[in-house]
Amino acid sequence: MDMNQYLSMFIDESNDHLQALNDNMMQLEDNPEDISIVQVIFRSAHTLKGMAATMGFEDLASLTHQMENVLDLVRNDKLKMQDFIFDTLFKSLDALQSMVQDITEGGEGKADVTSIVDSLQAIVRGEVPGEAKASAPAKAPAASANSSIVLDEFQYSVLEQSIAEGHKVLYVDVVIRDDCQLKAVRAYQVFDLMERNGEVVKSFPSAQDIEQDKFDRSFSLYYITQKEAEELKNLILNISEISEAKVVQLDAETLQQMALPQAEAAAAVEAPPAAPQPEKAEKSSAPAPAKSKGAEAAPKRAGGGTPAPSRTIRVDIERLDVLMNLFSELLIDRVRLEQLAGEIKRSELTETVEHMTRVSGDLQNIVLKLRMVPVDTVFNRFPRMVRDLAKSLDKKIDLIITGAETELDRTVIDEIGDPLVHLLRNAVDHGVETTAERIEAGKPETGTVQLRAFHSGNHVFIEIEDDGKGIDREKVAAKAIKNGVITEEQAQAMTDDEVALLLFAPGFSTAEKISDISGRGVGLDVVKSKIESLSGTVQVTSKLGSGSKFSVQLPLTLSIISAMLIKTGEEKYAIPLSSIVETGMIKRAQIREIHGYKMIPYRDTNIPLLSLAEIFDVPGYDESQEVETEIVVIRKGDRLAALTVEEFVGQNEVVIKNLGKYLPSIQGVAGATILGDGQVALIIDPNAFIK
Amino acid sequence: MGQEIKVIVFKLGHEEYGIDVDKVQTIERITPITRVPKTYSFVKGVINLRGVVIPVIDLRGRFGLPEAEYTDQTRVIIVAVEDMEVGFIVDSANDVIDLDTDVIDSPPEVVGGIKAKYLHGVARISEERLLIMLNLSEVLNKSEIIQLEGLEG
Repeated sequence: MDMNQYLSMFIDESNDHLQALNDNMMQLEDNPEDISIVQVIFRSAHTLKGMAATMGFEDLASLTHQMENVLDLVRNDKLKMQDFIFDTLFKSLDALQSMVQDITEGGEGKADVTSIVDSLQAIVRGEVPGEAKASAPAKAPAASANSSIVLDEFQYSVLEQSIAEGHKVLYVDVVIRDDCQLKAVRAYQVFDLMERNGEVVKSFPSAQDIEQDKFDRSFSLYYITQKEAEELKNLILNISEISEAKVVQLDAETLQQMALPQAEAAAAVEAPPAAPQPEKAEKSSAPAPAKSKGAEAAPKRAGGGTPAPSRTIRVDIERLDVLMNLFSELLIDRVRLEQLAGEIKRSELTETVEHMTRVSGDLQNIVLKLRMVPVDTVFNRFPRMVRDLAKSLDKKIDLIITGAETELDRTVIDEIGDPLVHLLRNAVDHGVETTAERIEAGKPETGTVQLRAFHSGNHVFIEIEDDGKGIDREKVAAKAIKNGVITEEQAQAMTDDEVALLLFAPGFSTAEKISDISGRGVGLDVVKSKIESLSGTVQVTSKLGSGSKFSVQLPLTLSIISAMLIKTGEEKYAIPLSSIVETGMIKRAQIREIHGYKMIPYRDTNIPLLSLAEIFDVPGYDESQEVETEIVVIRKGDRLAALTVEEFVGQNEVVIKNLGKYLPSIQGVAGATILGDGQVALIIDPNAFIK
Repeated sequence: MGQEIKVIVFKLGHEEYGIDVDKVQTIERITPITRVPKTYSFVKGVINLRGVVIPVIDLRGRFGLPEAEYTDQTRVIIVAVEDMEVGFIVDSANDVIDLDTDVIDSPPEVVGGIKAKYLHGVARISEERLLIMLNLSEVLNKSEIIQLEGLEG
């Protein structure tokens, strides 16, 4: 069977399961007594193990298997969850995550996890540092031996199907003689014999362990063959130094009893998919009364990462892109039709076009929505991150997530994760004070970091707010002056928020160490440029002593932007509205030459004046004779410049197209768009004009 | 007998050129071209081909021939080579012929120089009719253009 075709499905589902494991582990950490959560975790781990084994990722499967052993003890009340176990399990999850990551990148998902496996096995043996175990350690090996011969769902269904198809399914128990010198060789002979006559589905210990002599005197296996049980038994006994061979033929009923001795495991396989759902609901509502803020987390859990069958399909993003392209063609035709209808002035035509406009407007919404993904997919890794971070910093922090269902374009989602990680780390690391400092300041011991997302108009806001110490204006300003980012006078004139924004200045982050002041600032300029590359903005508000808020504003989608259409000479260009500050007129007489550059007064300062016609060598247009010139004030970060244009055409939603692979990237051109009349207009990238 | 291939025939000046039909997506009449600043002189700009923005290059300019006025006969041949879609502006294009690969000879020695690189070979169709087969990946090769610009400038 070619596994490659299942690989992407495997990766997707593994990631889902890992996320669910992470989430549920976090929940369990809050309610360590809740065995129902352990059940859910166990099931996730079990499915993951089965999938990994089927796909041939042995390391993944064996690590999950070890986790299962631990979880199995917990759910059977033989082991109490405690910090050490949580840490080990979280470590295991991280290891699994990196294995899956490796597989995603084309690797084989191999990793050295011996230390984690050792810890897990130590836990199973009852060697938990600190507290003693709830039950006698002697029980543990028995439990693990018991669960090891349990078949996973895949193997179980293979056997079940074989029986249904009339093959013989045998359970074989082989004992090798006490005095046997080379157990592995004898075992190999048995395996060899069996492989020639049928198929071994599962053995315990695993074939690998047997090869490496890692077994006692006996091993057992599930086997599919056409041979009679008695015949096979004789064949096995013919091999020397085999003392005993037990061969039992199984039917569907005995198979179920043998393979799934534990009630829970049976339930996991047998239960109709509806069964886990009530439990899920129970689980998600359970934390709500426990914690007042749990209420916000609950809808998120119900919505995302549920293994229950959901009524969705996965679609390749490229297909959506094709759909999007086709649709934008339709939009262009629509605008053209509207123009024609306006010229022809026949009421039937006008009505039809109007109707088409409405329908295509709705269609546009749907097409755009197809690409929308809830921010949950990014947010869901944060609770774990904040937990780890708080733990390593020895702080107590509650992360409250709201609006995780808010949707954003997939392209934005893919990019926004890193900047948010940065901002969150900042809030946890530098924003929230240590427990001692908090008590001293008369605040509750546990700090709060709020992460919220919400829609507003054509934008999505993501805010990260902490109740920490806030940003110390004086210190930031002093640092900025020292680093030459601003002058003393400028600092005086700035508002608190403007000072806070200095943290994002490039000159700021290069400073050797920032954490000695209010702490913010390390690498924040990277965050800012990333967000700006997504056509977003970031704002900071802060109150010394009571916390700060970072607010990120993002466009809903990157493929359609609002733009100002302008004309210079015969040529039309589109300027993204996001980089326009304002439009206006200036008199030629206002232009000053400063050091060879043209400058114009703007507000209280002078800004450079650039001529679009000159930059792009626009033929047939000379603005130098005009008395008044239209200008567009554009912005890159904090810096402004004015661009002269001949005429404003108007504001429009435009679909961004690239210029094709043949053309080199052209400075100042961000792409192209097709206007209503079918003409192509270039989209200007004002960032390139401001150095 | 070699392979039979279909070839699109177009004209630049008095010479006839051929492009393998597999590489040609469509042949269009000339449509309004939007100039793209700061690019090679022979890149006339971009056009809207049914919703896709495609750069067009003047093949005369590309081969260093004097550029001509566009007429009713002027066509844009849209080719796709190695993930790139490009339109070639040619004087006219109105023929598709079947060609036996056997009749394609290597480019004559006399041509020489940079231009020889664009040629895949010369096909003799009849006594008085020669067809110049283009090597498209060389025509679209940009590293060589930069050298060329350097020579001219």
